[in-house]
Amino acid sequence: MTDLPAAGGKKLGLVIDLDTCVGCHACVTNCKEWNTGGHMAPLTDVNPYGAGADGVWFNRVHTYEIAPDGDPEAGCGRTLHFPKSCLHCETPDCVTVCPTGASYKRASDGIVLVDEAKCIGCKLCAWACPYGAREFDVFDGVMKKCTLCIDRIYNENLEDADRVPACVATCPTSARHFGDLGDPTSAVSRLVADRGGIELMPDLGYRPVNRYLPPRAKHTATPATPSRQDSVTGDRLWAMLDRLLSR
Amino acid sequence: MAPLAPAEADGVETSPPVADDVKTTTCYMCACRCGIKVFLRDGQIRYIQGNRDHPVNRGVLCAKGSAGLMQHYSPARLRKPLKRVGPRGEGHFVEIEWTEALDLAAAWLGQIRATDPKKLAFFTGRDQSQSLTGWWAAKFGTPNYAAHGGFCSVNMAAAGIYSIGGSLWEFGEPDWEHTKYLMMFGVAEDHDSNPIKIGIGKIKANGAKFVSVNPARTGYSAVADEWLGIRPGTDGLFVLAIVHELLKAGQIDLDYLARYTNAPWLVIAEPGAPDDGLFLTDAAGNQLLWDRHSQSAVSAYRPDTVPAMKGRYSVSGRNVTPAFQLMAERYLDPNYRPEAVASTCGIPAATIKRIAAELVVAAFDQQIELPIAWTDWAGRKHDRMIGRPVSMHAMRGISAHSNGFQTCRAIHLLQMLLGSIDVPGGFRYKPPFPRPCPPGPKPAGKEGSAPNTPLSGMPLGYVTGPEDLLIDGNGQPLRIDKAFSWESPLSAHGAMHTVITNAAAGDPYSIDTLFVYMGNVAWNSAMNTPAAMAALTATGADGQYKIPHFIYCDAYDSETVAFADLVFPDTTYLERWDCISLLDRPISDGDAAGDAIRQPVVAPDRDVRPFQDVLLELGVKLGLPGMVTADGSPAYPGGYPDYIVNHQRAPGLGPLAGWRGVSGADHGRGPPHEQQLEAYIANGCFGRFEIPQAGRYYKMANATYLAWAQQFGFVDSDKPIVLQLYCEPLQRFRNAARGHGAIKPPDQHRERIETSFDPLPTWTAPLGANHANSAQYPLHAVTQRPMHHYHSWGSQNAWLRQITSENRLFIHRNTAQQRGISDDDWVWIASPAGRVRARVRLVDGVNHDTVWTWNAIAKRPGAWGLATDSPESRRAFLLNHLIEDRLPGSGRLSNSDPITGQAAWFDLKVEVSRCDDQSDHAPTQNFSAQAKAPGTPPPVETLRYGENFKVRAP
Repeated sequence: MTDLPAAGGKKLGLVIDLDTCVGCHACVTNCKEWNTGGHMAPLTDVNPYGAGADGVWFNRVHTYEIAPDGDPEAGCGRTLHFPKSCLHCETPDCVTVCPTGASYKRASDGIVLVDEAKCIGCKLCAWACPYGAREFDVFDGVMKKCTLCIDRIYNENLEDADRVPACVATCPTSARHFGDLGDPTSAVSRLVADRGGIELMPDLGYRPVNRYLPPRAKHTATPATPSRQDSVTGDRLWAMLDRLLSR
Repeated sequence: MAPLAPAEADGVETSPPVADDVKTTTCYMCACRCGIKVFLRDGQIRYIQGNRDHPVNRGVLCAKGSAGLMQHYSPARLRKPLKRVGPRGEGHFVEIEWTEALDLAAAWLGQIRATDPKKLAFFTGRDQSQSLTGWWAAKFGTPNYAAHGGFCSVNMAAAGIYSIGGSLWEFGEPDWEHTKYLMMFGVAEDHDSNPIKIGIGKIKANGAKFVSVNPARTGYSAVADEWLGIRPGTDGLFVLAIVHELLKAGQIDLDYLARYTNAPWLVIAEPGAPDDGLFLTDAAGNQLLWDRHSQSAVSAYRPDTVPAMKGRYSVSGRNVTPAFQLMAERYLDPNYRPEAVASTCGIPAATIKRIAAELVVAAFDQQIELPIAWTDWAGRKHDRMIGRPVSMHAMRGISAHSNGFQTCRAIHLLQMLLGSIDVPGGFRYKPPFPRPCPPGPKPAGKEGSAPNTPLSGMPLGYVTGPEDLLIDGNGQPLRIDKAFSWESPLSAHGAMHTVITNAAAGDPYSIDTLFVYMGNVAWNSAMNTPAAMAALTATGADGQYKIPHFIYCDAYDSETVAFADLVFPDTTYLERWDCISLLDRPISDGDAAGDAIRQPVVAPDRDVRPFQDVLLELGVKLGLPGMVTADGSPAYPGGYPDYIVNHQRAPGLGPLAGWRGVSGADHGRGPPHEQQLEAYIANGCFGRFEIPQAGRYYKMANATYLAWAQQFGFVDSDKPIVLQLYCEPLQRFRNAARGHGAIKPPDQHRERIETSFDPLPTWTAPLGANHANSAQYPLHAVTQRPMHHYHSWGSQNAWLRQITSENRLFIHRNTAQQRGISDDDWVWIASPAGRVRARVRLVDGVNHDTVWTWNAIAKRPGAWGLATDSPESRRAFLLNHLIEDRLPGSGRLSNSDPITGQAAWFDLKVEVSRCDDQSDHAPTQNFSAQAKAPGTPPPVETLRYGENFKVRAP
C-alpha cells in the first residue's frame, strides 16, 4: 500500500462556483484538449465516431434538478450544474489503497497524481474514490486522472497568466478559481470564506482540497412598488403629461 | 531565475515545451467569432486557447472552441470536388478535378446569366462573408440571394432596425458593467456564447438581478435569480402587460421619450383617409410635433420646442395626435391587465406586477450617473450621462414565432418607456449601429432579370412602403423565396427556408440552379425535412429533376451533400483567410467598432479550396463586373485575401476598417494598404477602434458619436436617429390593405396585412399554434441547441458527441404523469405533419404545456463520418419532421411571420403519447443510409490524439 506524505502547508486546488456555472462544458473539453497532449497523454477515445463512444475525461459536468426547499408552490426549484474532477484530497484512500505506489500525493503542493510506469491497472483506486474522479484508459491499461494541469501551473514555456489549470483559464463565467487553499490569505481561501464554500461529502473523511461555492441567495424580495392606487384609466399618467418637456 | 516548480522527486516534467509556433486567428466553431491562439507542434495542432486580448471572448473559450481541433481533423472532411453519379439523395459521387468542377459550374451559371439571371438561386448558410456573397449575387444579376437570417434571427434584426436602428441579439449588448437588472427573453443557451457567459459572470459578481423568461430552465436560465417559465409565443403579451403597469403607474421616462423617440410626433387621425395613421410632415418632409410653447405644429427636429405628448390637434385642417397618446390609450386598455394575460402567458398576475415594479425600481430609484460630459445632436452640452440600469436581451424564443416581429417591437417599446436604450446600465448599440430609422437602402431586383446585367443595388434591404416591394404588376413575388412580396413584406434577410419547396413547385417560377453554401438545407435547416428532401428529388414529366442543378459547397460530408449534383469541398476554419467585416457581421462592442480576420494556421492536406476563392474564380470565369479588369483578367488575382485588402465598397471603405491608407495608419476610411493583413496578424487578427469617451452612450443622439460614425461610414450624416415607438412603415402597408394607394395587396393578403401590420406593437396568438387543433395538439414543442454543439457540426466531433449523441424529449413531470408516461419511456410526438418516436426525460424546469429537445443531434445514417450504428441516427430525433413548412389551409403561404417571413419554428403544437412498443430502437423517420463521400475514411476504433505530444522527464 502507498503512504501519504507528511501534511505540507501547500494545498493547491480548485474553487468552483455553483452560482455561476451554466453547465457549458467549456472546462470539460478544454481540459480534454490540453491533457490529451499533456502529462498523461493521450486521453484515449474508444469508438469515437460510432456507438458506445467512450473516452478518458478528467473533468465532467453533471446536471441535476433540485427540489425547492419548503413549499413547492412557492419556488421553482433549481437546475444545478455540477462540474466534477479530482478533489486532491488531503487523506485520500485512492492513494493508500494503491499496491504499487503508482497513485501518490505530492508533498510539495498536495496534487494527487498517478505514475503510469508503476500503475498495473488494478483499479483499486477507482473503487476507493467516492467521487468517481478516476478514469481508466482501456488502451493503455492504466489509471489516469486530473493532474491539476501540473504541466501548466509551473510551466516556464507559458505566459504567467496561462499558468493555471486549463479549466480555470477557459471558464467563460469565471466560475472556476485556482490557488493555494492551504494559505488562508490566498484569494481562493478568502473566496471560500466569503461565500461559505463547502467540501464535498466531508463525512467521508477524505478532506477534499477543492471547494464548491453554493448558489447565492436569489434576489426575490419585492421592492417598494410604484403607486398602485391609480385607476386603470391611468389618471396619474395623463396628469404627468402636463409637465413641460424639452426636445 | 529559480524554477517555478517546487522540488519534488517524482520525475514529473513540469515545463514541457508546448508549441514551436503560436498563431492567432478567429474561431468558427459557432457564429460567435472569438479570438483564439492556436498552439502548433510539428505542424500539428497541440492546443487552442482563447485570446486574452480579444474583445469578444477575452481569453475564455467555450466547449466547442476548445474542441476545434477535433473539428479540424474530422473524418467527415471532404477531400476533393465531387460529381454525382447516382440518383440524388443516395450520396454516390466520383471525385473530379477542380478544373472540371469550375468549368461545369461556369457552364451552368453562364447560360443562366446570358438568358435569365434570376434562374440562379444563391443562398448561403452560416457564413460570415455576406458582404462578398451578396455583392457577387448582385453582380451576377440575380435577386435570389440571401443568407440564413430568414430562418434564424430576422425578427430580431428587422424589429430592431425598424424600431431603434439597431437590434437586440449580437448587434447590441447589455451594459454588463453597469446594469442592475437584466431580463433575458427566449435566449437559447448556445447563443452569443462567450459574451453572454462572461456577462453573466460579471453581473453575478456585481449583484445585479437576472431574470430569465424562457419555457425551459436550463443553461443561463438555470443560474438566473428568477426563472419565468412562460408559455411559448406569449412573451409579447407578457411584456405589454408590464407596459400597462408602467403606464398605469406613470412610471416612465418622459424626458427620454420626448428627446429620443417619436412619441411626440403627430400622427394623422383621419379614419378612411389614405394617409390615416401616417405622420404629419411639413413641406420639407420633416415630421412634426405640437409645440406647447408656440401652440403650433413645428418640425420634430427642432431642439427648442416643448413637445406635447397628449391631446388632439388640428393642423391645416387635419386631425392629428401625438404618437404617445395612441400608445398610452392602447396599452392602458384592460385587456393588457396582468390579470387578463396571466393564464395565456402561464405567469401569475402578481408576478407580472412585481416584475414591473422591480423594473421601475431598477430604472428610476437606482438611476446611475456617469461623470462623462457629452454633447447632444443639437449642440447642447450635458455634464453627465444619466443611466437607467435595466437591460434586456432576446433571441430565438422571440424570433422563431409568427408573432416574433411584434413581440420584439414590444420589448423595444418597454425599453423606450424605461429610457434604457444606449444609456449607462441599459442596452447598448454596437457599431455600426445605430443606423437611421426607418432604415435604408431598399432591396434591388425590381428591374427584373435582364441578361448579363447586374442588379441596380444589393439584393437585400429595407422596404418602407408597398412601392418598395419586389412584386410584378399582378402583385406576384419577383423572388423565388417570395421575400419583399405581400407574403412577407419586411423580409430583410430573405426566406431561405422556402426556396427549395418553392423552386420544386415552380411557385412563383422554376429555377435552373440552386447554389448553396454551408447550410444543411436537406436536414436540420429545413422545415419539414421530408418535404425538402422530396423537393430536391422531385422530377417532372420529362423525368428531369424539377430543380435541374444543385451546387453545394461545404467542408464536411453533411446530409445535404448527398443531394447535390456538384460539390465544392471547402477548407476548415483553420485553413483559410476570412474577413469578419463591419460591412457584415463584425465583432464590435458598446465601446468600439471591431473587425477581424482568419488566417491559415495549417495548410490543407486535401484538394480543397476556400469557398470565397472559388466564388471569385467563378466570377472571373463569368466575367462579372468588379471581379475582372477591362481585359478580362482577375481583378483580385490573389484571391480572397487580395479582395479583403483591395476591394472598396465605397471610396476608402473596404472589408476591413483598420490599418488603411498608404502608410497603414488610418482607421475607418482610407485607401487600401498593402500590408493590412500583416497589420491585423500583428494585432492578434482583430482590430478594435474605440469610440471617443464622450460618444459611448446616447449614440443615437450624441454629436461625438455621430461624427465618429460618419468617419467610419456607418451613417451618412450627423442627423439624430429617432427611436420609432410608432412604426410608420407598417401603417403604409396597412393603408394599402385598406384599399389606398396605387399598389394594393391581392385579396387573399388583405386581411393578414391589416391584422399584422399594426404600427404599435401588438400581440396575436402564433399562427401555426392557432392552426393546430388545441384539443388534439395541446402542447407547445420547441428546441434549443446545447452549449456544446452548434447546428449539425457538433456530431462529427469525437469529443463533443461524447457529451451529447442522442436527445431526449424533456417533458414536465405532471404533464407526463397525466399521460401515463414514465421517465425513460419511448413516446410518439405527433403534430398535424406526422409523428416521430422519442425517449422522454421527466423534468420540473419546464413550462407545463411545453415539451422541448436538443436540436440537430439526429443525423441521417451515413452522414458526418459517423458509423451507421451511431446513436445520432438510431436513437436521436429531429423535431423538424413535425414542423410544417406551409401554413395549413392557406394555399402555399409559408409557416412564417407575416411581416418578415421569419420561419415560425416554435409555433409547433404536438401531443405526446406513450408507445405501446417500448423497445429501444430507432425513431420512425427511417431514412436510408447515404453513401459516404469518396475518400472519407471509415470511422476509427480508437483515437489517441496527442500521444506524440507527450513529454517525459529525462
